[in-house]
Amino acid sequence: MLHFPLWKKILISAVCGLGFLYAMPNLFNEGAFEGLPQWFPGKQINLGLDLQGGSHLLLEVEVDAVIREQLESIVDTIRATLRSARVRYGGLGIEGNGVVFQLRDATQSEAIQTQIVNLNTGATVTLSEAGGFRLELTEELMRERRNSAVAQSIEIVRRRIDETGTREPTIQRQGTDRILVQLPGVKDPERVKRLLGKTAKLTFHLVNAAQPYGDNTTQVPPGIMLLPSDDPSHVGDTRRYMVRKRVELSGDTLIDAQATFQQSQPVVSFRFNSLGARKFGDITRKNVGRLLAIVLDGKVISAPNIREPIAGGSGVITGQFTVQAVQDLALLLRAGALPAPLNILEERTVGPGLGQDSIDAGQIASVIGIVLVTIFMVVVYGRFGIMADVALFLNLVLILAVLSLLQATLTLPGIAGIVLTIGMAVDANVLIFERIRDEVNSGRTPISAVDAGYRRALTTIIDSNLTTLIAAVLLFAFGSGPIKGFAVTLAIGIVTSMFTAVMVTRMILVAWLRFTRPQSLPI
Amino acid sequence: MRTLRLVPANTKIEFVNKRLIAFVISAVLVLSSAGMFFGKGLNLGIDFLGGILIEVRTNGPADISDLRTQLGGLGLGEVSLQEFGSADDVLIRIQRQDGSDSAQQKAIDVVKSALGSTVVEYRRTEFVGPTVGAELKRAATWAVLAAIGAILLYIWLRFEWQFGVGAVVALGHDVITTVGLFSLLALEFNLATVAAVLTIAGYSINDTVVIYDRVRENLRRYKKLPLEELFNKSINETLSRTVMTSVTTLLALFALYVFGGAVIRGFAIALIWGVLIGTYSSIALAVPILLYIRPDRGVAGDEDENQIIEQEAT
Repeated sequence: MLHFPLWKKILISAVCGLGFLYAMPNLFNEGAFEGLPQWFPGKQINLGLDLQGGSHLLLEVEVDAVIREQLESIVDTIRATLRSARVRYGGLGIEGNGVVFQLRDATQSEAIQTQIVNLNTGATVTLSEAGGFRLELTEELMRERRNSAVAQSIEIVRRRIDETGTREPTIQRQGTDRILVQLPGVKDPERVKRLLGKTAKLTFHLVNAAQPYGDNTTQVPPGIMLLPSDDPSHVGDTRRYMVRKRVELSGDTLIDAQATFQQSQPVVSFRFNSLGARKFGDITRKNVGRLLAIVLDGKVISAPNIREPIAGGSGVITGQFTVQAVQDLALLLRAGALPAPLNILEERTVGPGLGQDSIDAGQIASVIGIVLVTIFMVVVYGRFGIMADVALFLNLVLILAVLSLLQATLTLPGIAGIVLTIGMAVDANVLIFERIRDEVNSGRTPISAVDAGYRRALTTIIDSNLTTLIAAVLLFAFGSGPIKGFAVTLAIGIVTSMFTAVMVTRMILVAWLRFTRPQSLPI
Repeated sequence: MRTLRLVPANTKIEFVNKRLIAFVISAVLVLSSAGMFFGKGLNLGIDFLGGILIEVRTNGPADISDLRTQLGGLGLGEVSLQEFGSADDVLIRIQRQDGSDSAQQKAIDVVKSALGSTVVEYRRTEFVGPTVGAELKRAATWAVLAAIGAILLYIWLRFEWQFGVGAVVALGHDVITTVGLFSLLALEFNLATVAAVLTIAGYSINDTVVIYDRVRENLRRYKKLPLEELFNKSINETLSRTVMTSVTTLLALFALYVFGGAVIRGFAIALIWGVLIGTYSSIALAVPILLYIRPDRGVAGDEDENQIIEQEAT
């Protein structure tokens, strides 16, 4: 019994040594280990957003908007095709995931069908006897469209967030149409949400020359739409711009946008690519004296008078802007437009103050928990209690080491998990010590009592810990965010506590028995 | 060094004989919990209901009633305020807004601009839209069911089925009464609470398994002992451990409750209750129930006590 294999001693010592090494960096300030080589255990525990402060945003891409847009563009091309073919038709519009229309003269059906198929709209064309057409988007095409809309949105979201200077953001796709954004230590979460909430679709339109303004009661001529102004000084204004529906130029031709000052007013200066510059030159040359509306997400942000042709391919957007608004606008234009609007489905933002308070409270609770349990174990089990306390301390070190090593995220419920583990970790030792007491009472010698105690308690320890481990694994599988953090520390705590309580205490106990050879056990 | 014994050695408390008292107590607890649950319901947090939660720190001690009238007049529906942890921390809960997910964001903006300079720090802003709320509810329900199922499967594999039944009853009892406690005290039931309930399930089973292990061992060892006596013996033999582990866990949880901060307090309460009820149910329910479904004792006279001890000694 007193023989404890050397390899076990080496293994236990090695695990504990590594544990100390990996747990150590957490005692130092952040960044203290930055210059060290990769293999050196300089990693600190990854704190969750609820501890270090930051924002967790779950976004949904409105993918159906992309499909709708696709259908609308099919309607437009069909209208143009039918008009140029000079056929009479009716009922052209969107129905479900398709486009329908009806030819007045069914005899023309076949010729029109060939033309429409040749358009390559990506939709299947079906034709009824009476000349009713139906174009349906294929499932595959829609899936592809949605997919690329989400992928593109992630890219734009990343660019916008990078531009705000947020350190180490996490941007991940979740499910089919969701994006998870995590912004540790973000200073102004409202600004980020404002930036992500804008599609930032920029278009240039000419304002109706005959009647530039109207309100909701105005009779709108064909090809013209009424758009509100985004100018903050126009709040509550019912005046609307009468803007031509035709898009003269769109924001995807922009290559740069910067916030600057012009006559001490904050403005956004922008620059087109060569194609955009040529178009912009044409428009301004042909329309001197007219108003050019700059439209962002369906609102007119500015409608300057074209004083002279602009050939250089750059311009400025002026208006009653604040410095922040100009910076945000420039950022949005630089980063590009989202293919579809984003919805915020879930937000969890923790300020740095609460985060720090939670860390402090967690530390105090852990330390007091340990002190209470430690004292209690000594009171009840005497020097055996001290051995269990050594194991408890090692257990804590190992939990910290594993958390650092795996770079698992420590959350506030995670700290609760550690505190709970402290209380439960001694359970294995309690089981063993109680068994030893039983064996001593039934008249065994100290050495055989210790041996039997460990052996008999082991199955119980494994049974009881495995059940808790099952609960932890399921928590991890089904839980989200902070709950996962709790499951992680609970699971790590169970595994490390089995190691420390069974192996480490046994090694200490055996060493003590060999050294003192006691006649009776002080338990 | 003299050591303390919380439970004297060789106790001979006749737990199983008093089972009817325990059954009555537990029946009352379970029925009233069910009554609370269906009658009063749970104070579901925004995790499941959807809605907005904002924790703010005000400049100086907060005037809750003033804030309430201020925010109540914004037309956002039900707004509840509560002092949270200290006199200048206030927790604001706003019901889910009608309309789409973006309506919720607008409500946050409205509240923030209404609070203006009375607030020096936004400590926490949480918002859960109706879609995610429903999903979280579903995921949480599955987590609880799957965890209980998996634990039972394990018990069934490791012990005979009779033990599985006893463990289910004890486990169900603990989970139901925990939910009842949350309903009674109107404590917020959120994702963290679900985690607490699952942990309670784990702890409760853990406790039951330790006693069952001893029951199984004694069943093999004492073939002729009446079950009632055998169960009492098993409970008494493990009583010291049961009490010790409960006390150490409670000590740690007590530290968490007092020092862990306001955010984690509800979680700590759930766990403290869970440890108490879990300990009670393992002794008072899980074991006595076995009397009625009588676990298999194997072939009598196959091996006696001395043989087992001999085997172990070699």
